[in-house]
Amino acid sequence: MAVTAVSGVANRPIPRLRRLEDERWLALTLLAPTAILLGLFIAYPFFEGVLLSLTNTRVGIEGGFVGLKNFEKVWNDSIFRTAVWNTFWYTGVTTVFKLALGLWLAILLNRHFRGKALVRAFILLPFIIPTVLSTFAWKWMFDPTFSVINWTLFQLGFITKRINWLGDPDLAMASIIVVNIWRGVPFFAISLLAGLQTISPELQEAAAIDGARPWQRFWYVTWPLLLPVTMVVVLFSVIQTFADFQLVYVMTGGGPANATHLFATYAYQIGIGTGLLSEGAAISLAMFPFLFLIVVVQLLYIRRVETR
Amino acid sequence: MIEGAAWRRWVFYNIPLILFVFILLFPFYWMIITTFRPDGELYRPWNAANYQPFWTNNPTLDHILYLFEETSFERWMVNTMVIAAVSTVISLFCGVFAGYALARLNFPYAGGLGTAIFVTYLVPQTLLFIPLAEIIRSFRLGDTPWSLILTYPTFLIPFCTWLMMGYFKAIPKELEECARIDGASRFKAMIYIILPVAVPGIMSAGIFAFTLSWNEFIYALVFLSSPEQKTVPVGVTSELIRGDVFFWGPLMAGALLGSIPVAIVYSFFVEHYVSGLTGSVKG
Amino acid sequence: MALVSIRNVNKVYDGNVHAVKNVDLEIRDKEFMVFVGPSGCGKTTTLRMVAGLESITSGDILIGDTVVNQLPPMDRDIAMVFQNYALYPHMSVFHNMAFGLKMRKFDKAEIDKRVRDAAAILGIEDLLARKPRQLSGGQRQRVALGRAIVRHPQVFLFDEPLSNLDAKLRVQMRVELKKLHERLGTTAIYVTHDQVEAMTLGDRVVVMKDGVVQQVGEPLELYNTPANRFVAGFIGSPAMNFAEVTLSASGGKVWAEAPGLKIGLPEPVARRVGSRNGTKATVGVRPEDLHVAGPADPAELCFDVEVEVIEQLGSEIVLDTRAASNAFVASVEPTLRVRMHDRLRLAINPNRLHLFDAATEAAI
Repeated sequence: MAVTAVSGVANRPIPRLRRLEDERWLALTLLAPTAILLGLFIAYPFFEGVLLSLTNTRVGIEGGFVGLKNFEKVWNDSIFRTAVWNTFWYTGVTTVFKLALGLWLAILLNRHFRGKALVRAFILLPFIIPTVLSTFAWKWMFDPTFSVINWTLFQLGFITKRINWLGDPDLAMASIIVVNIWRGVPFFAISLLAGLQTISPELQEAAAIDGARPWQRFWYVTWPLLLPVTMVVVLFSVIQTFADFQLVYVMTGGGPANATHLFATYAYQIGIGTGLLSEGAAISLAMFPFLFLIVVVQLLYIRRVETR
Repeated sequence: MIEGAAWRRWVFYNIPLILFVFILLFPFYWMIITTFRPDGELYRPWNAANYQPFWTNNPTLDHILYLFEETSFERWMVNTMVIAAVSTVISLFCGVFAGYALARLNFPYAGGLGTAIFVTYLVPQTLLFIPLAEIIRSFRLGDTPWSLILTYPTFLIPFCTWLMMGYFKAIPKELEECARIDGASRFKAMIYIILPVAVPGIMSAGIFAFTLSWNEFIYALVFLSSPEQKTVPVGVTSELIRGDVFFWGPLMAGALLGSIPVAIVYSFFVEHYVSGLTGSVKG
Repeated sequence: MALVSIRNVNKVYDGNVHAVKNVDLEIRDKEFMVFVGPSGCGKTTTLRMVAGLESITSGDILIGDTVVNQLPPMDRDIAMVFQNYALYPHMSVFHNMAFGLKMRKFDKAEIDKRVRDAAAILGIEDLLARKPRQLSGGQRQRVALGRAIVRHPQVFLFDEPLSNLDAKLRVQMRVELKKLHERLGTTAIYVTHDQVEAMTLGDRVVVMKDGVVQQVGEPLELYNTPANRFVAGFIGSPAMNFAEVTLSASGGKVWAEAPGLKIGLPEPVARRVGSRNGTKATVGVRPEDLHVAGPADPAELCFDVEVEVIEQLGSEIVLDTRAASNAFVASVEPTLRVRMHDRLRLAINPNRLHLFDAATEAAI
């Protein structure tokens, strides 16, 4: 075949200076927009928040440096202490239930049956519908006077007089926990289902042939293989729940009598509601050590999995 | 799978599954039925004799009409839509490029930067909303859509980046090497070869980001003040509750209508959404 | 078309892994050069440095008379076929083949003509509208080749292009590649770990190991006069037999001794050995250079073995045998009647006996 010297490339003498051919320059260029946005609206606010929490700024009043006074004040605040306790309780209880129910649902879904795709699609609805909107539906269901839950319990003969779900501190907390579990179970179920589907059914069959009972098959084969996905899902959920705001804000607004506050709702009430910006910032930042710990655990875990 | 007798299947699988589905979907049913129920039925105490919770014989559109006539609901919808769409586009633009750089290029501190983005992925909005409100104010963005369009990417970009890294890592390196030998620059190889191949991943990230934006609440609550600027979740919360009085009919109508766009987007792209969800938790 | 010079090239990864060491080669215009060696020998790294996909730590690579060290791949005017074909999954076959031309801003008519010409050469005209996932392995292979030839590049680079095909198709494509090269006459560098491919395809073959070029030469040159023990063992199938021996001189002859074995070295080899009395060495003999001893074979070239495994291949019989601690594979006449555990007397073809230095492994 004759050389058709159409391409002028062969004789191009010196390479043009193309910075983007250098991986380092290309990487820098591609990362720049992300770095700018995250720097401006995550890193900067973080430092700003730390500085703010060390002053006595209020809305409209530029404050002066007061050191750790805000943190000291918050520490001695009984509502804050309740909020800390609530946050841990709320996170712990919901996570246990979400994991257990989510795993159960995932196992129920990990079979072939008619309409499986449809069921799976519908199951995720609580997770995709905006939290505030679905929480309003729950709040309406928990309404003291018009509660459908009360009606059902009454008709079934469990109760004889109304239950004021959101008026009693313990019941209010329980209600919030129920709604959080309701919203979180789909996420756990679908993620764990994806994890289950990566486990070859041949392993189950091999274990069955080796004489393992169903429970043993789950405990010795499925669970260890599912553990990495489970860890990640749990840690994600823990962070989300720990820093939750919308659900409590809508359901109780922290009430009754400030009994159901979490870090975030209390920070909002103090910082935005009463305008004590610096104190609100301090309450938000008080979450940081715990979040940091969770993130570190997660990073260490991921690293361990990767190097294994 | 190993299956047993029919009754076992019902007891251990079908009945629990039906219960799960019922409980997970019931609040939505409640939302719908409330939307179409007249006030007279709505505010009938639960222990009243003619309380008929699960059905209504007198459906009405009053609550929906109230929403459109007495509030700026359609404005809220448009605001939410625009903010969610624009912040999703921005986040995809940034996240796809960043994910590509972190997954495919060798450069100093790549590992450190990857970790940094992962960490920001885990920063909840509630940690920074107060100082961020101050910054928004000092940039004179308060009470404008821009306050959300620029801040939503802070939680969307890390998610998109993380998801896209996973997708890009799964694409054989030879594809872009071949493109580069074929005469494409690194940048062109990315645009013409890798991005088209990664379209399913980009769709997943986009849909997920869209639903996350639609769901966002605290930034919108803090940064926006005038009724005309609000998003659906904030508008419904602040305009349909007056002190202690809840306008339950319009509230549920707002919740229902406000959920519909997300539900539609979701129903068209369930598979993408699910793969986005499961991709986001892959370590 | 062009020659490719690789001048004293080194590749060091992360400052400590020395993947390619002082490779110095000239690939002539229109030559089909094959790089062969076990995995991790640096052959692919060398190819990727020619392609511009890896940076060069030191040394120069020239295509034609341009130093291309700093040139990005797109400016090197080369084409490459990858092991996994790297077909763009979102493009039709036509667009896969046209991509390189489009990037170089050829006009539409020229692109169309070239793609159709190439498709005709490879017999894939009917597939132009299909997507890669609708193609079989062999068809994908052809598209990958087509994508390379439409460009009329100065050099073809092949990175184990046949190893994802099944055995039968591989042999067929090997023949086609050879014909294609004959027809196009483009300089080609071909990397493989398969010595049969190397022998059948290469005008010349480079054998590499641990980043070092062991020998460069025409296929038969490598086969007949391997430069060292590694090349001798790597080229040829079944592989050459080796035995560690001690050399000694007595009765005007040089003897190579090992347990169960005592061979008098033929005259030319003995001369090269000279006065290495008492030293260690390695004797090498190919399976086809062993035969069942007859009356004409001199006793000093014969040794006794026990048959351990018999492989009937039809055209020949491959015997796995043992003489004390040394295993010998012999390829013998298909007419031989032999059973497991038989004792046999084998003889060596004296002109085909190889001797290697025990320490340096270089041929003596």
